[in-house]
Amino acid sequence: MINSMLMWVIVAAPDGGEPSFSIAKMMAIIVSAIFINNYVLSRFLGICPFLGVSKQLDSAVGMGAAVVFVMVLATLGSWLVYHNVLVPNGMEYLRTITFIIIIASLVQLVEMILQKFSPALYDALGIFLPLITTNCAILGVAVLNIDDKYSLGYSLINSVAAGIGFTLALVLMAGLRERMETANVPEALKGLPLAFLIAGAMSIAFLGFAGLGG
Amino acid sequence: MLTLAAQITLVLATQQQNASILSAITGPVIAMGSIGLLLGLGLAFAAKKFAVQKDPRVEAILEVLPSANCGGCGYPGCAAFAIAVVEGNTSVSGCTAASSVVNAAIAKIMGTVAEEKEKMVATILCNGGKSAVDAFNYSGPSSCVSISMVMGGQKACTYGCLGSGDCIDVCPFDAMTMGDNGIPLIDSDKCVACGKCVDVCPRNIITLWPVSRKVVIACSSKDKGGVARKACSVACIGCRKCAKVCPADAVIIDGFLARINPDKCINCGLCASECPTGAIIDGIPVRPKAFIDTTCIGCTLCTRVCPTDAIEGSLKEKHTVIADKCIGCGQCVEKCPKKSIKMMGGVLSQQ
Repeated sequence: MINSMLMWVIVAAPDGGEPSFSIAKMMAIIVSAIFINNYVLSRFLGICPFLGVSKQLDSAVGMGAAVVFVMVLATLGSWLVYHNVLVPNGMEYLRTITFIIIIASLVQLVEMILQKFSPALYDALGIFLPLITTNCAILGVAVLNIDDKYSLGYSLINSVAAGIGFTLALVLMAGLRERMETANVPEALKGLPLAFLIAGAMSIAFLGFAGLGG
Repeated sequence: MLTLAAQITLVLATQQQNASILSAITGPVIAMGSIGLLLGLGLAFAAKKFAVQKDPRVEAILEVLPSANCGGCGYPGCAAFAIAVVEGNTSVSGCTAASSVVNAAIAKIMGTVAEEKEKMVATILCNGGKSAVDAFNYSGPSSCVSISMVMGGQKACTYGCLGSGDCIDVCPFDAMTMGDNGIPLIDSDKCVACGKCVDVCPRNIITLWPVSRKVVIACSSKDKGGVARKACSVACIGCRKCAKVCPADAVIIDGFLARINPDKCINCGLCASECPTGAIIDGIPVRPKAFIDTTCIGCTLCTRVCPTDAIEGSLKEKHTVIADKCIGCGQCVEKCPKKSIKMMGGVLSQQ
């Protein structure tokens, strides 16, 4: 029973077509979401927390974990609603606004549940959860999963990989910015200007991964 | 005939269009409305179901706290402190930034009485600044932490203030400014002794000092007298003159560095006037003089306590103060059984 449900989750095709699943495509999705089409450095989504929460390595890791967590939940909720509510009624054009309210309320719900049943995890993710409720990277993953016609399984894999890619970018940025704290920087570039320059340089560096996709 | 037919078709067409516009609007409105309602009801239900019991006192305490989130209490922010107070993990007067009024308000919320405690002020135990000799020219990031990483800093004295003002940057209450001498000045009115500067200083020369103790040994050099003196003209050379002259035994000599015990110090300022290098700062620049009025019964208690023998007079006769000798320490005032001695003149400075 569980096995067959699991199979359905992984292979169910959004258009009711032939269920399919291949390791190769899964790997392609993972590598693409983490490196080639990194949500922060290539798609330029979620720049706000990328610059705001990247001053310290600890908080960057916490934020990254929270983003992975919320991305998976948001993908699950939005994929199910899109294919089971919007598509049958021919209301695909309501996608953006529907996803926003689904994600926002889902995160609030998760926050309540966490506070009740896992105060430790709530304290760890605490301030980051409401912060990323309407983060565009989260919405971006949900929307792009639909655009790319991913099955639920692929969507979930994509969302985890996108979250890991976000965390990677954030952690790299935090590491660089922590180093920059003690560097001799011209007065005018201190703080955010330098962060923007670093972000640009990192984005160019990630452009190098474009060759991976073939 | 033709126009009538055209009119009918037009009316029919607009009706059809109206109907399609209506359905195009109602469909999504109903869909969005029901999704929104469903999610809203779900959240409302969840809020009731997963409600976490919060102590109303936490909110109440948070309301009266200064909300500076300075961390001086040892907790990460005012909210964490409020929770700790309610849970009984810390004292009701544990907030360093709070005035006595705020402490009393918190104590009232908790149903206890706030304990009175002496106001502390951050104090820099170095007065080197421009008096301290440079060992080499440093050019790099202007931050004390960076400077201290390069061969122990550019100053010849490896204990003193580096003068880049990391403490000024970190102060959440704007209580610190850079002085002309290259040593930060601390506004004792603004300082709440949160201890951020104490933590950030790479030299560990900032300490929290009771505000009522006006005499401070502003040097942290543990070097031998000669070495310390070469590096800085206002260094403590460990000559012990202050310890000898102190009437309250408040000065302790630790190796080559004198330290004042604030619990014993009586603010007499004798050590500051005795110090050959000027390492001791007397926070009372113009000291008052003692005057004895006619109610004096000549008990001689004051003559015995005076550290400078500034009071003369024989037994059972009115005593007088020799103004030149009086240093305004105020010990005679405390000893006098008849309250006949008053301190007059004098200026209490900030620091």
